[in-house]
Amino acid sequence: MTRSGVIIGVLAALVVGGAAFVFAVVWQPAIATIDPSQQTFANDLVKRGRALAAIGNCSNCHTARGAKDFAGGVAVPTPFGTVFSSNITPDADTGLGRWSEAAFRRAMRDGIDREGRHLYPTFPYDHFTHVSDEDDRALYAYLMTREPVRAAAPANRLSFPFDRRPLIAGWKLLFFRNETYRPDSSKSAEWNRGAYLVEGLAHCGACHTPRNALGAERASAAFSGGDVDNWQAYAINARSPSPVPWDADALFAYLRDGWHPDHGTARGPMAQVVANLSSVDPEDVRAIATYMAGVFGQPAGDRRHDAKTVLAEVKPMADRASEANRAGASIYAAACASCHESGRALPYGGVNLALSTAISGPDPRNLANIVLSGISPREGERSPIMPGFASSMNDDQVVALLAYLRARFSDQSAWTGVDRVVADARRTQVATLGTVAASRQPPADSAQRDKP
Amino acid sequence: MITLKVNGRDHQVDAEPDTPLLYVLRDDLALNAAKFGCGLGQCGACTVIVDGKAVLACVTPMVLLEGKQVTTLEGLGTTADPAPIQRAFLDEQAAQCGYCIAGMMMRAQALLMRNSSPDDDEIRSELEPHLCRCGTHMRILRAVRRAAGLMNRADLSTESGAIR
Repeated sequence: MTRSGVIIGVLAALVVGGAAFVFAVVWQPAIATIDPSQQTFANDLVKRGRALAAIGNCSNCHTARGAKDFAGGVAVPTPFGTVFSSNITPDADTGLGRWSEAAFRRAMRDGIDREGRHLYPTFPYDHFTHVSDEDDRALYAYLMTREPVRAAAPANRLSFPFDRRPLIAGWKLLFFRNETYRPDSSKSAEWNRGAYLVEGLAHCGACHTPRNALGAERASAAFSGGDVDNWQAYAINARSPSPVPWDADALFAYLRDGWHPDHGTARGPMAQVVANLSSVDPEDVRAIATYMAGVFGQPAGDRRHDAKTVLAEVKPMADRASEANRAGASIYAAACASCHESGRALPYGGVNLALSTAISGPDPRNLANIVLSGISPREGERSPIMPGFASSMNDDQVVALLAYLRARFSDQSAWTGVDRVVADARRTQVATLGTVAASRQPPADSAQRDKP
Repeated sequence: MITLKVNGRDHQVDAEPDTPLLYVLRDDLALNAAKFGCGLGQCGACTVIVDGKAVLACVTPMVLLEGKQVTTLEGLGTTADPAPIQRAFLDEQAAQCGYCIAGMMMRAQALLMRNSSPDDDEIRSELEPHLCRCGTHMRILRAVRRAAGLMNRADLSTESGAIR
């Protein structure tokens, strides 16, 4: 065969192969519309769906601050541009109103919308694919019985070629496996329940697992820490930077209450997660805690063990740090110590900062965010509070404070580039606060929580 | 001794660096508009303006204020010559018990200094940190809108309503 013959042959094969690929993978059929007014759902199904939606933290991405529940339009920044969450209320024109249960299940399982378009993996179907049909049915029932809100999501702002949805089919071939959760019979039922929730609906890895250049979770680094908005989602495996190692009891209390005396307070995007988990069946939270305790594993031999040991080691560091950074030391003494050294336990006093994960973390983003924005009280709960210092501290003061806190309260090496991080945190503060759902809470009265 | 710039004047204050600004204003300088409410930075009654931004004076220690310009309600206007924000709160009779109002006026002032025509959503979200247990909320909203109108008409929007 001549050389040109070979080239033509290869090209022809590519074209045929490409067409087959397009047909088999890229093209997906639409699923017929339904009439939303014809649907009814059993109350207990809706109620179960409500708890599942809380575990799935749906509201965090699908409810904009101050806007109607589940009406979407929340800007999700990605390295490829901004994706806007969709309206998942049962509005017929702008929401899921005309979606059948089969269409909803396909979106959860395969990341394809009713019309057959591939969804961006910003919607974490790489996790939701594990959700059982039964749970999808309950979620569907819950969402289809919410108040319909007419609100079209803004168009995504993605750079070429990422604005081409067929490309997602290729992404799926590389990174997406749609398989349902398979229980591990060597483990307890509780562990398996936790694994099902964590790997599936709760999609913990979506924030806590680092992503590769194409935005897929790196399976080899599961739970090693990732980025979300301008926050760091800590490593929640053996690499956790928490001064006191986590165990199942601490995880349960933290996920339920939003704070733990040895670890401090959930903030940023995690605040919404724990607010949602406070409303669900405690047994499910217990299962998540049990599974995650296994992921954290036994602390390595040189890890300091309990809060008492950690606190005993702080004192010698204090003098050295104060000597080296008088500006930071005096700000800490004046602005922070009155609560953080009050000796009152959480939630009424501040956590002793030697126990703070933010101060022992690999970068100062979370600490900068919290110093600037503080912690808002949660409606209807006894919850930790902290005033934000964005208006009363300038960047130099925040930088001095952060450097001091790191030197005094952590045995980790000093951070670099703190000034840039503080400037970034100040810039993104307003934008981030504007998109995080306000402290939407399930009813504090537990009798109300059972209502659909 | 610490030098503190308040309402355009330098004051020499004998205070520890960790003393909250609110205590110095009220106890040493007899500027009593800013109120002690919760002492935890959660109610807004102590709000003053520092370098153009609304700040909670009860959780702002003196050490943070070096070289910065503090403005209290007394620095905006007087009974005889009220500033637009004060005029507007009077005209709308926006105070009931009044304990929270000085703080509300200061945050509203800071808002109007950077945004001369805020819409209702902006006013509401700006004043969110302020607690009022009486219930003049609708009047407070009207007063802030009225103050914006007064400032825009008098073209006082940035220079003053009137920081001095």
